[in-house]
Amino acid sequence: MSIATDDRYNTLEKSMKKLGYDKSALIETLHTAQETFGYLGIDTLKFIAKRLRLPYSKVYGVATFYNYFRLKPKGKHNVVVCMGTACYIKGSNKILEKIEQKYGIKVGETTPDSVLSLLSARCFGSCSLAPVVVYDDVPKGKVTIEDSLCDIEEMIK
Amino acid sequence: MITSLNELKELADKKKCTDDNSRQELRVCMGSSCMSLGSAELGKSLQDELQSRELNDRYKIKSVGCSGLCANGTLVSHCNGNESTLYEKITTSDAKDLVDSIQNGGLLKDKMCDIAQPFFAKQTKIVLENAGMIDPDEIEDYIAHGGYIALFKALDEMTPKEVIEEVKISALRGRGGGGYPAGIKWESVSKVISEQKYIICNGDEGDPGAFMDRAVMESDPHRVLEGMAIAGYACGANKGYIYVRAEYPLAVEKLSRAIKQATKLGILGENIAHSNFSFSIEIRLGAGAFVCGEATALIASVEGNRGNPRQKPPHLTDYGLWGKPTVLNNVETLANIAPIIKNGGAWYKNIGTQNSSGTKVFALTGHIKNTGLVEVPMGTTLRELIYEIGGGIPDGKRFKAIQSGGPSGGCIPEELLDLHVDYESLKNAGSIMGSGGLIVIDDSSNMVEIARFFMDFCRSESCGKCTPCRVGTTELTLLLDKFIKKEATKSDFELLKEMCEVLKSASLCGLGQTAPNPVLSTIKYFESEYLEGIGDD
Amino acid sequence: MIREKVRVKTFKINGVDVTGQSNQTILEVARDNGIEIPTLCHLEGLSCVGSCRMCIVEIKGSREPTPACTAKIKEGIEVTTNSSKIEATRKMILSMMFSERTHTCSTCVANGDCELQNKSVELELQHSQVPYLNKRFEIDASHKNFVNDPNRCILCTRCIRVCDEIEGAHALDLAGRGLSTRIIHDMDEPWADSQSCTSCGKCVYVCPTGALYEKDVSEEEVIKKRGIILELVKNRGKY
Repeated sequence: MSIATDDRYNTLEKSMKKLGYDKSALIETLHTAQETFGYLGIDTLKFIAKRLRLPYSKVYGVATFYNYFRLKPKGKHNVVVCMGTACYIKGSNKILEKIEQKYGIKVGETTPDSVLSLLSARCFGSCSLAPVVVYDDVPKGKVTIEDSLCDIEEMIK
Repeated sequence: MITSLNELKELADKKKCTDDNSRQELRVCMGSSCMSLGSAELGKSLQDELQSRELNDRYKIKSVGCSGLCANGTLVSHCNGNESTLYEKITTSDAKDLVDSIQNGGLLKDKMCDIAQPFFAKQTKIVLENAGMIDPDEIEDYIAHGGYIALFKALDEMTPKEVIEEVKISALRGRGGGGYPAGIKWESVSKVISEQKYIICNGDEGDPGAFMDRAVMESDPHRVLEGMAIAGYACGANKGYIYVRAEYPLAVEKLSRAIKQATKLGILGENIAHSNFSFSIEIRLGAGAFVCGEATALIASVEGNRGNPRQKPPHLTDYGLWGKPTVLNNVETLANIAPIIKNGGAWYKNIGTQNSSGTKVFALTGHIKNTGLVEVPMGTTLRELIYEIGGGIPDGKRFKAIQSGGPSGGCIPEELLDLHVDYESLKNAGSIMGSGGLIVIDDSSNMVEIARFFMDFCRSESCGKCTPCRVGTTELTLLLDKFIKKEATKSDFELLKEMCEVLKSASLCGLGQTAPNPVLSTIKYFESEYLEGIGDD
Repeated sequence: MIREKVRVKTFKINGVDVTGQSNQTILEVARDNGIEIPTLCHLEGLSCVGSCRMCIVEIKGSREPTPACTAKIKEGIEVTTNSSKIEATRKMILSMMFSERTHTCSTCVANGDCELQNKSVELELQHSQVPYLNKRFEIDASHKNFVNDPNRCILCTRCIRVCDEIEGAHALDLAGRGLSTRIIHDMDEPWADSQSCTSCGKCVYVCPTGALYEKDVSEEEVIKKRGIILELVKNRGKY
């Protein structure tokens, strides 16, 4: 699909326009782009760079600095294990290990069939419910290893 | 539009009057914690129950922010005039029973939460006074609870200098970690001559295990806006930015709505209350970088750059956002401002300890019974926090240490439990106040592993700009691994300590300078666990 | 902005009285007075970033050392550039630079004309004090004249600054963060494909190590024209 006919670029253009094509609103624009496209592809980044009149290398540099931005498409489903302190001392690292083992992927990776992406977060601020796992944007607290494996199976079914 | 203090008070009275004379309230916590336990569905079930019994004219469901006892969520309080009953661990399956009992004027006894227990009784709420009480989506509710009176009072009756004086008298210190006196920071910016100045609110609560600021932004967003506007008036700034973590979507939503509402009522915008003072606020999103909690990195990020910090001086008060004088305060600091202006600096100074006035919100987590948010006067002892308010250590385990200050802080052992918590006492104990995360660690944990956890965190969050932090955090993580595997040597232990000193003294910003703290404090109090990691030479 | 008047300030470096102008840095005044402070990321003519931490000095009364390249001078301060603590810290930092990637002088085109190498001679660092990490990166040899070998890069960012501040192309920037930080062209594309690069070669001239070098030039022929930038800036009347 070309940029001219792809509605998603329209959405992105509108959001930049709303912010007055403000160079300093690059991070806001990247957020919008990721929401719209699901990830930040090179074409999307180049489009943003041109519209905001920013150097390519700078836009790429910003996009790769922040953990929140993905440069590759994620799987159909995603599971995020919180690795904040409270979750860690309640065993979230063990949950993460088990998921890695079971699906044969490391944190930040997606299964070869593009069904599941495994991510970790530094803290959701839901520490009183530690350990916390987020399944497709729905957080769940006080998770056990068995729970998490069941919940993932349920999610990707 | 509200253009004077009188109009504001009229609106407050009107709202109070309609609320008092109308329906009883079922306040359902919609904080992130309770939301992840399904409080949104619960609210809906309760609504359906009321609907099906045609009780909507007598009761209403109100979405409120965090009441603190997150461990026992979802919390629901039933308010009938001045009387209120708190219920805990309410799920959708309890909706019917709950409505049954209140309809009959009774109580749902087995779900009642005792508000006389130390968790509630020992708290002093200033920052969180409205949390769990008001609907964060309604500006009128905030106003009915005394909101924006401080701003209008400042504009009507006080000069900027008097506002600063009041904040100086209060001796309020920055709640983000550094503990720099807020009034003095404001004063230095107010004295710089510049056409443009900025107020930035740091809502990038990055410490893992800390969620005080999230609760304030979600439960009482207007309080933050009011604090920023007062700061703007005092310092001569007409533009504010709130930098919020992208991981806090609910906080972003609440703040955006609050800004819109305040602007619509003329509480933000041009010539507020017919004065010469104009102030507008914009939200800027973080994107997952802990280092952006550091002042200069945060500025870089607000400007749309990589969050690399820069060497200070120049300080932000002289050279901040886009090179203009800037006040950067954290959420909790700004949330204290309105009460200080309303009640006077002396009132605030009276709370807390000699060197650290006021209250502090702590996030209690880890191996502790009552996990959640608590607000206590400075000077409360760790023992009170852990054993009275926190309810002690669960599962029959023993207390081992408490970690404060996140990755920049340290671990405090049992022998210091009677420490009166304030900025100085924690520093003397080898930790820091930090933003207020308190993580309780029981005797099943290995302290070297805890230290390694924090070092690894700093490693993955190091921006990579300066050599000591970029390389040092990796080197230290690998070295700690050797101790955990019991493969370290005596010279490794020396190198560990040496590298910690280098990071502390030579790193560019606070992240690298404080990264060794968890290691140094665990060496200080739990050296034997390191020595156990040294294999036979 | 209200510009402060430039005034003359007198202070001490290593116990010796020196004077400078209030807009000067400690490093500038030290060099004017023949006092050598080691630097790596600093290059005259470019902005200062204070990132390599080689030039840290002690100022009496302040808790932690400060980089001389960014610190403006003040009346009456007492600066120490060569205490044993500072020297030990510099050695440790230099060790970290050597350990981070792969700096094998014997196989490097910049051997003999490398600032990192010179620094180890100056600071008498025989071997790295910290374990080698040897993080590996791919080499980009796509450009017809130049090569980018990130394995020899110390992330001083001189190339980025010269490209942005002097050439005005901003073809280079940093990508990633922490230990994975890399110098990239455009959207991390092969150098040859970069639309912004003007192939002016300034980045190669200012590189302190053999990370950026000219193709088909032997060790003996390598000449890094690091002083060229200062000349350019002077000619533009900015200095």
